Amino acid sequence: MTWFGAGILVLVGVSGFAVVRTRDVTSQIISLGFYGMLTALMFFFFQAPDVALSQITVGAVALPLMVMLAISRMRFRANAKAAVGKGQQKKEGEYE
Amino acid sequence: MSERVRLRLFLVFGPIFLGLYVYAAMNLPPWGHYRGPYGDAIARLAVYERHATDAVNAINYDYRGMDTLGEEFILFAAVVGVMLLLRREDAPTKEKKKPGSDADREGASGMARVPGTVADRPPLSETVRAAMILATGLTVIFGLYIGLHGQLTPGGGFQAGVILATAAVLVYLADNTEAFTRIASARVLEAVEAMGASLYALIGVLPLLIGAPFLTNILPLGTTGDVFSSGNIALISACVGVEVTAAFLLVTYTYLEEIIRGEVPEK
Repeated sequence: MTWFGAGILVLVGVSGFAVVRTRDVTSQIISLGFYGMLTALMFFFFQAPDVALSQITVGAVALPLMVMLAISRMRFRANAKAAVGKGQQKKEGEYE
Repeated sequence: MSERVRLRLFLVFGPIFLGLYVYAAMNLPPWGHYRGPYGDAIARLAVYERHATDAVNAINYDYRGMDTLGEEFILFAAVVGVMLLLRREDAPTKEKKKPGSDADREGASGMARVPGTVADRPPLSETVRAAMILATGLTVIFGLYIGLHGQLTPGGGFQAGVILATAAVLVYLADNTEAFTRIASARVLEAVEAMGASLYALIGVLPLLIGAPFLTNILPLGTTGDVFSSGNIALISACVGVEVTAAFLLVTYTYLEEIIRGEVPEK
């Protein structure tokens, strides 16, 4: 194993730790995608290009996308509910 | 569990795990020295027996095609599950009769939502949109390449499906929500997904008609290195690609449906 491989392994470890330690959800998704890319690079270096390609599509694209979609949906629901409440208040105010 | 208790548990079990991990890592075979017998056998036989230069896909779609069939139906079931859980419970036409929901409707329109736009972020610049059109074209071509060359180079149906679905997501990100909705909300997509999954099973059943075992590679193998070579492998890879593309588009649209339509949930 060369220094390059060792470096990639260390980077994967560090970025994995960073994903766990990141507490803000949006930053966590982005760091998760970065971690997925690094893992793909690691697989590619260790002579598994098929796994690397699967890792890019699943770990760096599909998984962050799904988490982001779920969060955006939840945020939209929260925002929409808040907006509905305001709308009703306004209308009641107009009648008074 | 408080922060301190967690830290103490970590300080107890962390070193134990580390010790076991190091012990296990010490006993790994040295880098580049593969010890199993099957890898070498497949690497030697895949080109000769199946005319497939990518041994991994020869295993995935031929030697262990049964496992991949199971995996594909796992994905299929997962997509059906997501769509079932996130289905829209209220038909929009019914609500108008209820007098109490008028205020809710006003509130929804109060968010200044034009159909086909996402209101909770600023519009993209024209440059970014133009770049995304270019990226979409490249992504489609790359996805098709990966999907059709699965038997020759790393790749195959699963990866191609995700890449192709990403192209549609790029269309959405480029603010072209209507185009994304047209692609992803089509009822045909559900049929396409089911067809992709069932075609795999049908390809497997086909050999039974001539008395060969399930999923036997009975198609002509063609010239090694050709796009239309390796018989079943290329065909199954294409079917999986169609299924995965449709599956990802369906899941993405199911998640985004509410946001795209700008409908406020009643509950």
